[in-house]
Amino acid sequence: MSMHRREFLQVLAAAAAAGFALDSKDLLAAQDAGKYYDLPRFGNVSLLHYTDCHAQLLPIYFREPSVNLGVGVAAGKAPHLVGKYLLKAFGIKPGTPEAYAFTYLDFTQAAKTYGKIGGFAHLATLVKRLRASRPGSLLLDGGDTWQGSATALWSKGQDMVDAAKLLGVDIMTGHWDFTFGQQRIQEIVTKDFAGKIEFLAQNVKTADFGDPVFKAYTMREMNGVPVAIIGQAFPYTPIANPRYMMPDWTFGIQEDGMQKVVNEARAKGAQVVVVLSHNGMDVDLKMATRVTGIDAILGGHTHDGVPAPTFVKNAGGQTLVCNSGSNGKFLSVLDFDVRGGKIQGFRYKLLPVFANLLPADAAMAAHIEQVRAPYKDKLDEKLAVSEGLLYRRGNFNGSWDQLILDAMLEVKGAEIGFSPGFRWGTTILPGQTITMEHLMDQTAITYPWSTLTEMSAETIKNILEDVGDNLFNPDPYYQQGGDMVRIGGMTYTCDPNARIGKRINDMRLNGKPLAAGKTYKVAGWAPVTEGASGEPIWDVVAGYLRDKKVITPRKLNLPKLVGVNNNPGIAL
Amino acid sequence: MDMLRRTILKGASVSGVLSVALAAGVLKPGQVLAADWNKSAFDSKDLDGAMKGLGATAATESKDIVLKAPDIAENGAVVPVDVASNIPNTSELSILVVKNPFPLSTTFHFSNGAIPEAAVRLKLAQTSVVKVVAKADGKFYTAQKEVKVTVGGCGG
Repeated sequence: MSMHRREFLQVLAAAAAAGFALDSKDLLAAQDAGKYYDLPRFGNVSLLHYTDCHAQLLPIYFREPSVNLGVGVAAGKAPHLVGKYLLKAFGIKPGTPEAYAFTYLDFTQAAKTYGKIGGFAHLATLVKRLRASRPGSLLLDGGDTWQGSATALWSKGQDMVDAAKLLGVDIMTGHWDFTFGQQRIQEIVTKDFAGKIEFLAQNVKTADFGDPVFKAYTMREMNGVPVAIIGQAFPYTPIANPRYMMPDWTFGIQEDGMQKVVNEARAKGAQVVVVLSHNGMDVDLKMATRVTGIDAILGGHTHDGVPAPTFVKNAGGQTLVCNSGSNGKFLSVLDFDVRGGKIQGFRYKLLPVFANLLPADAAMAAHIEQVRAPYKDKLDEKLAVSEGLLYRRGNFNGSWDQLILDAMLEVKGAEIGFSPGFRWGTTILPGQTITMEHLMDQTAITYPWSTLTEMSAETIKNILEDVGDNLFNPDPYYQQGGDMVRIGGMTYTCDPNARIGKRINDMRLNGKPLAAGKTYKVAGWAPVTEGASGEPIWDVVAGYLRDKKVITPRKLNLPKLVGVNNNPGIAL
Repeated sequence: MDMLRRTILKGASVSGVLSVALAAGVLKPGQVLAADWNKSAFDSKDLDGAMKGLGATAATESKDIVLKAPDIAENGAVVPVDVASNIPNTSELSILVVKNPFPLSTTFHFSNGAIPEAAVRLKLAQTSVVKVVAKADGKFYTAQKEVKVTVGGCGG
């Protein structure tokens, strides 16, 4: 019996709506589910793009945010739409696999119905399938590839470097990848990647004379069409991450440099110009209004899975801005029809990578097994069982972060806890066992030190204002793309639309306002200053989990928000 | 080549750059040695006083002044700021950091057709507007940009 995709999806949707926990794999085995990925070829220039996979080699769960506020001109527009607002804006039906991939709605049930997502062996199968129908296509990796898992940290990114080569990546740019230090990057780029993968970044220069560190762009001919791909690394890497790890390099948006590179590529005959960007979507949207001659930006960093491109008008015409999500959940497919030296049309699709719909690629599966083997016992250590859903994404807090904060407060004997607003980190379903590997998914960085510091109320306020401005400054060029620092112990109100210095108010500990002149014991982790030290955060949290054995559902410490009532970037 | 440049200039600070400019004849020694040091402008603790000291209170905004500075400083202690003027007969370029304890950080004098262009590294005490004032034919022009200084961390 052959069931059409639509009918099949209706069956799944009905089952999900009825609350059944289906094992999609069995169901799919009987159906012609492969058709889900039948994407007819269009045109003659095709780009495949994934970004911010955060070293997730295996299929995972990843819950999208229920709070992703846009301020200023960004309010109410993609990517600042969550839940039902996102579904409505992109015409996606609730209860469908797409609703599961793109939103947090009914996450636990949907995860049980549609299964895990991503995984390099499944992604490899999808890439091969698409490349078979798109000769000459390029595979672009937007960066944040070598960081985010235990095996990536312990192998200094080698597991991911080899996986990317096996996957057939052609071009890459970066962000967290730089946190292995500038020597390690140069080693990978000049040795491992030589002749296989080009690492591009027009906006990384030497700090002394402003000489380029990497190639800015590459020209590739695709079915007779000259195509330029320009790399744009995360502009604020030395600010958001430790500067001492890349001391001789300077970053920044470098808009003028971008325009020059675009002009040069056009002058050399490029008929299609695409930027592989790690700017973050808000920065990409602004850059597209100011730099002319870019046909499309394939972006990442802010982890926004946006189902359709945003069309940005500028003095030179129009630029498509796409953002391809995170954690291996999605693969972007951008097809151009280029004739007579001009783009005549395009098609774009952001495909969710459903592990149950794509058989694992044997060679990639073997590679993954091989890189995990030496660490298996450590990865598989069972730390505790979680009764609730543990996730990270959201502007202000996530249950995984709350768990880290709770552990820090108890273990360190602190009054207040700070946990960085990272956007990576996989999701744990209720009833699932938390392994060491899961904990490393939340914490695997090269500067994992936990700290305990005496801070005055004024210092605490300044830090919150500073981080808040990095998230909510109305000018995207002043944003850094992370989420708000997560706070344990202390309560506060936040007015995202206010100016810096006025956003954070009414800070209280145990109901009492923080007193001016008094100091408080604050626990934190991931310090960016050189010379910082402390017990790695994963050891702090692992000890706590082993001790508790069962983790009850977390109560999120969230700020009282002001002025966001009608914002579709928050589910109230 | 790059290594040679680095070796020659290793340890060079702003004064090192100035000595190069001196050797190239761009700057007159008297100006560097502060023979005509504008004390009232450099000693002023606020923007108004510094602008008054420069005689630039009536400066008009100009798009012919090029001001390159990062949106967010990677290190507030050494913020690269490049300035240039496309206004004919520009004879002075001053750079002010509005929120610094002494806002006026530098004034360059250009004469005998020297190209009005300079690159400096400034220390920013906190997030501040950086302002450039150009003098040409006795008139003053200005351009500005905000540079954010942040504690960092927590990104991505």
